[in-house]
Amino acid sequence: MNSIILLSVLGLGNLFLGFRRSNRLLLPIMMLILGLVLTVNFLDWNTGAVQLIRFPMLTTDNFSVAFTGIIVLTALLLVPFSQRYVLDEEANLAEYYSLLLFSLVGAIMLVSYNHLLMLFLGIETLSIAMYVLAGSDKRNLRSNEAALKYFLMGAFFTGILLFGMALVYGATGTFELNQISFAVQNPVNASLRPMLYIGMLLMLIGMSFKVGAAPFHFWTPDVYEGTPTFFTAFMSTVVKVAGIAALLKLLVQVFPAASAQGVWLPTLTAICVLTLLIGNVGAVVQTSLKRMLAYSSISHAGYLLIALVAYNGALEGPSANAVLFYSLAYSVATVAAFGVLKLVADARQREDYNGLNGLAKTNPLLAFCLTVSMLSLAGIPLTGGFFGKFFVFAAAVENGYIGLVIFALLMSMVSIYYYLRPIIAMYMRDADDDTAAAVPVSTFQSGALLLLALLTVLLGVLPGLVAGVL
Amino acid sequence: MLTVLLLLWPVVAALLLHFFKGKAARVAAFGAALVEFLLAAYAALLFNANNSGQFSFNYAWVASAGINFHLGMDGLSLSLVLLTTLLVPIILLSAFRRNFENESVFYALVLFMQTGLIGVFTAQDAFLFYFMWEVALIPIYFLAGVWGGTERARVTFKFFLYTIIGSLFMLAGFVYLYFQTGPSPDGLSAHNSALTSFYNINLPVETQLWVFWLIFAAFAVKMPIFPFHTWQPDTYTESPAPASMLLAGIMLKMGIYGCMRWLLPVVPLGVDYWQNLVLILAVIGIIYGAIIAIRQHDVKRLIAYSSLSHVGLMIAGVFSLTQLGMQGASIQMLAHGINVVGLFFIADAIERRTGTRNIADLGGLTRKAPALTVCFLVLLLGTVALPLTNGFVGEFLLLAGVYEHNAWLGAVAGITIILSAVYLLRMFQRVMLGPDSAYSATFTDLTSGEIAVLVPLIVLVFWIGIFPNFFLHLSEGSVLGILGEVVKR
Repeated sequence: MNSIILLSVLGLGNLFLGFRRSNRLLLPIMMLILGLVLTVNFLDWNTGAVQLIRFPMLTTDNFSVAFTGIIVLTALLLVPFSQRYVLDEEANLAEYYSLLLFSLVGAIMLVSYNHLLMLFLGIETLSIAMYVLAGSDKRNLRSNEAALKYFLMGAFFTGILLFGMALVYGATGTFELNQISFAVQNPVNASLRPMLYIGMLLMLIGMSFKVGAAPFHFWTPDVYEGTPTFFTAFMSTVVKVAGIAALLKLLVQVFPAASAQGVWLPTLTAICVLTLLIGNVGAVVQTSLKRMLAYSSISHAGYLLIALVAYNGALEGPSANAVLFYSLAYSVATVAAFGVLKLVADARQREDYNGLNGLAKTNPLLAFCLTVSMLSLAGIPLTGGFFGKFFVFAAAVENGYIGLVIFALLMSMVSIYYYLRPIIAMYMRDADDDTAAAVPVSTFQSGALLLLALLTVLLGVLPGLVAGVL
Repeated sequence: MLTVLLLLWPVVAALLLHFFKGKAARVAAFGAALVEFLLAAYAALLFNANNSGQFSFNYAWVASAGINFHLGMDGLSLSLVLLTTLLVPIILLSAFRRNFENESVFYALVLFMQTGLIGVFTAQDAFLFYFMWEVALIPIYFLAGVWGGTERARVTFKFFLYTIIGSLFMLAGFVYLYFQTGPSPDGLSAHNSALTSFYNINLPVETQLWVFWLIFAAFAVKMPIFPFHTWQPDTYTESPAPASMLLAGIMLKMGIYGCMRWLLPVVPLGVDYWQNLVLILAVIGIIYGAIIAIRQHDVKRLIAYSSLSHVGLMIAGVFSLTQLGMQGASIQMLAHGINVVGLFFIADAIERRTGTRNIADLGGLTRKAPALTVCFLVLLLGTVALPLTNGFVGEFLLLAGVYEHNAWLGAVAGITIILSAVYLLRMFQRVMLGPDSAYSATFTDLTSGEIAVLVPLIVLVFWIGIFPNFFLHLSEGSVLGILGEVVKR
């Protein structure tokens, strides 16, 4: 709760700093704000569920604190890579940063909502900021296309989500999560059943769009590619993690009744399988690192959905823990991957694998960090990604979804193919004329990348730090 | 605590190596590896062959899931740790002859790999074992991929894909088994992944039949057993010599060790059912590898196929489920490691001097290089299993074990000794003896540095060959323990 208030106020304040036209000051201030919010957020750890008195629309519990932590930490680790904008006179940095802060407010609402209205508000706060940021590279046609596409599709699916909420409201007479849950378990009027089920499915479809799950993923590759890399990274981490956490809350807190599960779970399982298939197979045929990362983000939504399918009982159980660990490992690795991509793409003006040729010789640090990130995304031990996948698969096997896990394992094998390609380009191919020069990297960014790599390895060596906290 | 030290020292040294450049890095890496060997030797002194698990270290790694960072050594583990710690300094020393780019990174990766290998041989927890299994893979992938030959990107890619797909199957098997175990001792988790818990799972036969293949997939690729071997010859050939030595000398033992520790006692009924199939595949591998080796023109490829053939015999010994066969496998793992590292070293020495590995281009090298000839011959005869050499002890026990299980299989497997004599002696004859080639006049003998590499190997060839009892005694208790677990059900 405090983090939402803090972010909103400081975001507004940040906007005014833009009048001074001193971009240099903004980056440290932004990091300070995020660091402050991160600290304040964790003050709420283990204080029990806190709700606003008489108006329990948002809940602050360990679940929301943990996911808020991941979201704010991701933003904090990502901000250093906006350094180029600091030097760019034309960039409206204060606006970018404020929009990021506002979208974080939306993300935090998504992980702590207790009322469908808050879910909707959170999604809109998050999305509207992202629509603008997707088009922030005003003179670039691709960026404009991305913004338009994201906005049109996003608005359409928000409509579907809203329609679903309206139907659920019609069937249950309330927007509050525990009351909906009660109404679903003790139906007053059986003839309203179909309305409830259709409402649930429409909500599921709307949320699937937001997390980029197949078959509602069509916007992802184009939008990710057109959006400036810095904001793509934000989209594929913060937006995705918040969306998955919101979906988990919806599933566990709103529709735990067996009858509702009968509608919800088969659909979710189908979406999960399709997402894994399309994400992984789609990534194999890409030649651009950025597009590959877009498809990879689809596939990771699929792995996260496995934990949702396999959820069991209370909100804070093995599934939530698996999602938490996975989200953290995924976010850290993805930020590192996009960070390296941004640095390389800014210097070399190309985003394909061949643009990485010989990077191990010119920039050993960048190559090392991208390697760690790729290995983590591929789920290879010594990196956080391994334990992320492990906990997700373990949660699924424990609840009897063995077929799903075997399918996901097969998909992981496929994924190794495309995650190795950047590594091969960097270490085993020689630089050509385009890529012979070293990529300029500031010490600050090197430090950030090294920190990300260390975090990934730390999660992979001492998973006990985060595993099982919920 | 000693095991932890053994495990962590190489990785710490690898990190410290970053502060050294060029030649200093070599010396530092070699020094670190020597310290590691002394640690292992100290452990061997303290070791009591009559007790089972020793030097145990147990730390709650992921307490909420019952996964422990549990290390420990019995005789089998210790003998492989000794092999690893002995071979790594020798491998490092052999790399001194070559000037690799980014030397400190190269040596750091070798040391890093040592950590993974020691972890595999000492892990007492299934997920720790899997973890270390992959930790050993990453450095060797980069060693072969960055410093390898022209085809390295394609070849190492195949290698990586094969092994990781195999090990993902193993992971799936472990996850399944994990959910069949009881709660962890501290009660924090409903299941635990300790080795002993895995031994106590009593799965029905039908389940064991498929769980067997999940776990065996990883070992079958790593060893490799026919028909999972297609990555092997290319990878051995394209890798730089130190990486080939690591692969053939130590890494393939991970597969055999894995079978003995993590397969046989865990799914004994599955093993019982598939035993003959695996034995037949192993024997096919023996003959197939040997016949292809005869047809090779490239020295390194020939050694690769010869390795395939010899590994087949070790697998057959393990799967004969006899004490003789298993003891033979555990001593032959040492012997093969020593011999194959020596042979790769000689092949590399010849290639460095002449620039070729093609057998047809070589010949008459012996006149200028008597020391090299002698060393080559000793290692060769060790591989051919001549009495008084290390290969004889191992292969004799292995064949006796296979024969005890099935006389026909034993007889067919026995052909390996004849065939290996054919291809190895033919190679020796054409490379060292025979008519003079373009290189025989300018060829130079071993330098003192090279002799320093080969002498310990040759001493070991004879030591194990003449006094095998020390090594046999070391692994006897473990082998009997494993067999006891297998027969128990």
